[in-house]
Amino acid sequence: MPIPTPFHSRTAALSSSHEWRDWSGYLSAARYSATHDAEYYAVRSAAGLLDVSPLFKYDVTGPDAERLVDRLMTRDITQCAVGQVMYSPWCDEDGQVIDDGTIQRFGPQHFRLTAADPSLRWFQDVAFGLDAQIRDLSADLGALALQGPKSREILKQVITQSGVPLDALKYYYLTQAKIGRIPVTITRTGYTGDLGYELWVERRHAEKVYDQVYSVGQKYGLMPLGLVALDMLRIEAGLLLIDVDYIAATKANIEAQKSSPYEIGLGWAVDLDGGDFVGKPALVEEKRRGSEWLFCGLEIDWPHLEELFARVDLPPKVLGMASRSAVPVYRDGFQIGQVTSITFSPLLKKYIALATLQSQYAVPGDEVQIEMTVEFTRQQARARLVKTPFFNPKRKREVLK
Amino acid sequence: MSRQKYDSIVIGGGHNGLVNAAYLARRGLKTLVLEQRHVLGGAAVTEEIYPGFKFSVFSYVVSLLRPEIIRDLNLPKHGLTILPLESTLTPLPDGRYIYRDGDAGATYRNIQHFSRRDADTYKEYGHMMYFMAKAVKYVLGIVPPDPASLNPLELLELLKMARHFLSIGEEQFYTLVKLMTMSSAEFLQEWFETDPLIATLSASGIIGTFLGPRSPGTAYVLLHHYMGEIDGAFRAWGFAKGGTGAISEAIASAAREFGAEIRTEAPVAEVIHKNGRAVGVALQSGEELYARIVVSSLDPKLTFLKMIGESHLPSDLVEDIRAFNIRGSSGKVNLALDRLPELGVLKGAGPHMRGAISISPSVDYIERAYDAAKHGDIPKNPYIDIIFPSAIDPDMAPPGKHVMSCFVQYAPYHLREGNWEQRREEFGDNVVNTLAQHFPGIKKHILHRQVLTPWDIEQKIGITQGNIFQGELSLSQLFFLRPAAGWAKYRTPIKNYYQCGSGTHPGGGITGAPGRLAALEILKDLGK
Repeated sequence: MPIPTPFHSRTAALSSSHEWRDWSGYLSAARYSATHDAEYYAVRSAAGLLDVSPLFKYDVTGPDAERLVDRLMTRDITQCAVGQVMYSPWCDEDGQVIDDGTIQRFGPQHFRLTAADPSLRWFQDVAFGLDAQIRDLSADLGALALQGPKSREILKQVITQSGVPLDALKYYYLTQAKIGRIPVTITRTGYTGDLGYELWVERRHAEKVYDQVYSVGQKYGLMPLGLVALDMLRIEAGLLLIDVDYIAATKANIEAQKSSPYEIGLGWAVDLDGGDFVGKPALVEEKRRGSEWLFCGLEIDWPHLEELFARVDLPPKVLGMASRSAVPVYRDGFQIGQVTSITFSPLLKKYIALATLQSQYAVPGDEVQIEMTVEFTRQQARARLVKTPFFNPKRKREVLK
Repeated sequence: MSRQKYDSIVIGGGHNGLVNAAYLARRGLKTLVLEQRHVLGGAAVTEEIYPGFKFSVFSYVVSLLRPEIIRDLNLPKHGLTILPLESTLTPLPDGRYIYRDGDAGATYRNIQHFSRRDADTYKEYGHMMYFMAKAVKYVLGIVPPDPASLNPLELLELLKMARHFLSIGEEQFYTLVKLMTMSSAEFLQEWFETDPLIATLSASGIIGTFLGPRSPGTAYVLLHHYMGEIDGAFRAWGFAKGGTGAISEAIASAAREFGAEIRTEAPVAEVIHKNGRAVGVALQSGEELYARIVVSSLDPKLTFLKMIGESHLPSDLVEDIRAFNIRGSSGKVNLALDRLPELGVLKGAGPHMRGAISISPSVDYIERAYDAAKHGDIPKNPYIDIIFPSAIDPDMAPPGKHVMSCFVQYAPYHLREGNWEQRREEFGDNVVNTLAQHFPGIKKHILHRQVLTPWDIEQKIGITQGNIFQGELSLSQLFFLRPAAGWAKYRTPIKNYYQCGSGTHPGGGITGAPGRLAALEILKDLGK
């Protein structure tokens, strides 16, 4: 049975649909009312508030903290300034991705890592011989994602004190702040590809923080956000989901199920010029000989989809939510890979998908076919390969001062 | 005098003019759009009438904008975001209300309070309207064939169309014929017994039309409002983020990207034509601009009678256009509020405030409003379609404050006594008094009030009589008869002079379809 998060008393009161999902053992709202459209649009037009407490959170401290995090992550963590946040995957010895998350740097010897899966054992194993302590804060911290174009204005009204003024806080940076007397960490991060922040707060203060943000947010069109709408938003942003778009190397049952960072579009987060990290030799080798698979965005050709549906006298079916069932991608009749996440984007007015393709075919601009079921029959809809993200507004990175 | 030469000049920067220009420019035509006002969009404009408060001054919701236009012009890239408008609430004087939204179960239970039978019927009705919208969708995408023509290509088109309509099935075909001919109230009474539900649904049949819900022909207007399509779903309505002006801005941005030039504050006086051939336009400033073709997005009366002049047109066309029904029937009251008002029947700022609120408690109520207007009087209690744009899109008003858009029917263009300049505020008072019956205490929250009568609409944006559809959507003015028999294919008796406004097929609303279809015909003539 999933258990409540630190914000549950508040999210439960707002949920009229009573639709919950199990996210890492916690009750997580799927959607708050009968339809999730309003939540989805709130993030692109106003703001959405998502409880991300089920993320695993670890503090890393000690003289060798930097060495440890740098050894874990494919990115060069020595380049991460105090007050900065980095996103990085981490790999096994074969350079296959185990998980991905954010690294917040609080001090020269103090980091906080987030992970989708429990990672204490792996972090401790890698820390062997290093003078660094890892503390599992997963259950002690509540986390809220405040996402959308109005998130900054809302947060400015809520916080009473801030190390870095919010207008000056850059994308993927953090600041310590206060809401009344409650200390919170604010990171300018998120999983929606929009302007947004995440608030990290001690469990005992969680409800008060939620109340503050939610009540101020009402003037700005803030809505509570559930996982169904989030899934559509993150696909628009071209962001991966573990166990959906790739399988953790630790959970793969066969070698072919594993992926390197290069194969899932995270090559930009692999720094081979920095120090050693777990899996580096394998990734050096992969970089040299090229990757077998590559990650690619895909847009479905709507007129062709209309044609396919018109054959059975129907208008194209528009999925109201993202699908995580993988479907084959073809080129000239043979399969070249698979789509792992697909959604109709109400914002962009098109079907968009995340695909893993054999590398020689992953050429943006090329035409491919994707399997689509039209009235129980398998059809191949025309699609075009495109670069991700599908949606990338200027406000995501914009700094006001 | 500038002698700059364009391939095409589009008169009027309303949404159809802009769509037309975008499609022409997309094929490489050097295109110029001329708009008389300082702001683009015609009836689809957003203006900050009161500091910090943005009004979709005239047209206020969107559904009918053709998906192919959104796609061809890549409007999302140019900033178009359509936010859903999910619910309709009808408050009643006895303290009850009908609330319908995307939650089918809740809507079912709500209608059950009035009639168990109607609750069942409502689903069936929705299903039937799906077939109707599907049947008519075909017509939205084609240039009307001329049934009087003997041209084999025309006959082929007619045949194709006949085949399409016969393929929808016998029962559906009969329903369609009923929709084309009946009054909206009578049509709905065949389905429902709950009067306020019939009234609210029938209201879609009178929008922009100087007819009552019991007047024959209004059922078609109802259907016209059901043809809207969002993301493949028929009869979905939405609100453009930033107001309807944002739609015009997005289309203008696409047009500019394709190379079109857009000039505001450039009112056109007339089309310059020589030997039955259009060669350019003369601006009111005296400036003359020349082009291979000229397109008018203005209403039919302006397009023909003003821009060309009766003496240069065939007399039967002149007669048809003179007789073309373009009666003002509606007005608009836009309010700036210092807070979100509360409904008497349903307190609080729940999701119903993000949908439409319809003041249509009974068919008699709407019909009585029409009765007054029919005789040139201002109805005391009009039909009002309300939305709170700021509750859907926080950018429309300062935080915590709100804008309220009230579409009001009826407002006759011709008053029996006095004129609109004298009586405008009386109209505004009637609307606010009616609102106050449903939103007790609203009066003290009004910071600013903008009242637009049909006369004001005509004054501000030029549409004859302020008719929002550039001509009523009555059967005699549709399809191959819009705007006149023989001239429904966007061409005119003046060579190289075309029409692309809502006064042409398939008619009004923010569809963009006339602009697009006209552009496709023009490009065909130019061999592009």
